[in-house]
Amino acid sequence: MTFKQMFTSSVGKKLVMAFTGIFLVLFLVVHAGLNACIWAMDGGVMFNKAAHFMGSFIVPRILEIGLFLGIFLHIIQGYMLTLENRSKRKVGYEVNYSKGSKWYSRSMAILGTILLMFFVIHWKHFWVPSRITGVEEMDLGNGFIVHNLYGVMQDTFQNVWVVIFYVIACISLGYHLAHGFQSAFKTIGVHNKRYHAMINTIGFGFAIIIPLAFALMPISFYLHWVN
Amino acid sequence: MSQNTMNLKVKVWRQKNANAQGAFVTYDVAGISDEMSFLEMMDILNERLITEGGDPVAFDHDCREGICGMCSMYINGKPHGPWQANTTCQLHMRAFKDGETIVIEPWRANSFPIVKDLTVDRSAFDRIIQAGGYISLNTGNAVDGNSIPIEKQNADDAFAAAMCIGCGACVAACKNSSAMLFLSAKVSHLALLPQGAPERKSRVLNMVAQMDKEGFGSCTNTGACEATCPKEISIANIARLNSEYLGASLSAQ
Ligand code: HEM
Ligand code: SF4
Ligand code: FES
Repeated sequence: MTFKQMFTSSVGKKLVMAFTGIFLVLFLVVHAGLNACIWAMDGGVMFNKAAHFMGSFIVPRILEIGLFLGIFLHIIQGYMLTLENRSKRKVGYEVNYSKGSKWYSRSMAILGTILLMFFVIHWKHFWVPSRITGVEEMDLGNGFIVHNLYGVMQDTFQNVWVVIFYVIACISLGYHLAHGFQSAFKTIGVHNKRYHAMINTIGFGFAIIIPLAFALMPISFYLHWVN
Repeated sequence: MSQNTMNLKVKVWRQKNANAQGAFVTYDVAGISDEMSFLEMMDILNERLITEGGDPVAFDHDCREGICGMCSMYINGKPHGPWQANTTCQLHMRAFKDGETIVIEPWRANSFPIVKDLTVDRSAFDRIIQAGGYISLNTGNAVDGNSIPIEKQNADDAFAAAMCIGCGACVAACKNSSAMLFLSAKVSHLALLPQGAPERKSRVLNMVAQMDKEGFGSCTNTGACEATCPKEISIANIARLNSEYLGASLSAQ
């Protein structure tokens, strides 16, 4: 038994999904928390400060590299796992068994693909301008100059199709998490039945609250709930 | 209670041997009592086929009382048919309606190749058991039954896991053709008892390795296995297996 075998076995492959998945879940908490600053009703000052902190200090930047690696691993492993699992039944059924499991539990790769498409567009909207092509600046006084990412959000979310696409992505995220959250804890070995019940509840709550918070952001800008 | 008789159609997968091309064939079966078991209905169909000089439908069965795990039939889209916590042999014809067409398929998984018709080769499960699903002990005089104290909760959980009859319905139901519910039942049953302790780490490592070698898929916790299992083996056993595996991987020498 070697360390490598652990990660190449059927159980180990799932461990990679679970650890990267839980890491992504933690990232979502931070991301949603920071973005909630848009609702400070201060014309984006607090939000821009928070984004500035994330972009200019070393710790979040290192975590960002970890985040890219984690997403990359999660996606590659997710697709490989899905294709491999599908190949295990060469001849399928005439009547499919669908009563025992939830559709979203069976559709993690499809939900993930919607999320992947979302990531590409989302990065193009915010990450690329912020890190590469440049963003208009905002002067907060005393020479404290920050990127006006709040302004980028305002502009981006004037397009109704962008808003609709973001909302669809949030719904996909909700279903991905509705299965993924509790599954990840089972994969890492939590087997106390009382904890299972607790994790299921927390997982469902998380799968509703976090995507809802994210979905409300583009909607808030589009409907001018914030300005 | 008076019995009702019904006339049914059964649409069965027929396949001469492992390499032959299979196809569905639909048969009329008339005068079936709703008090018959599902396998008795199959017997009636087969007797007729034999009388007519045809080839009877091959299917596995042995105990016909829900304990051997042989009666592998995928009926109307569910392993062991429509009833919960039930094997095919314990399914009764009152579960069906007069005039209904019943679709019967074999377990479908690359690791369970078809031998003939509805009979599949489940020796992959035997090889997984051989890889570690046992305990080693010195024989001699029988020890007193209660000489080793076992915590009540562990005894109960071990017993519940030991209920697994190795039927393979979990694999048949799983979209990934994963054998994790079966394996987790076998590993849990022994990991929870002091008798299983000496081989605890090597058992889980070797059994997972054998399961992978047999070509079963990875579990994604969809829960289809638990919902179809005739012995209601809990999916919590899979989480226990994961923790056994992670622990053994990190600490086994
Ligand atoms: C913010 C983004 C994401 C989060 C928070 C997330 C979270 C999770 C979690 C917690 C799991 C459960 C792991 C387990 O069962 O042990 C999971 C599984 C999975 N994810 Fe993601 N994921 C994200 C994005 C993606 C993307 C972009 C894909 C693209 C393909 C994807 C594909 C999958 C697949 C195929 C599984 C396997 C399903 C399973 O094993 O149960 N995920 N994800
Ligand atoms: S876990 Fe249940 S479905 Fe799977 S082999 Fe055992 S008894 Fe059959
Ligand atoms: S024939 Fe033995 S369990 Fe059905």
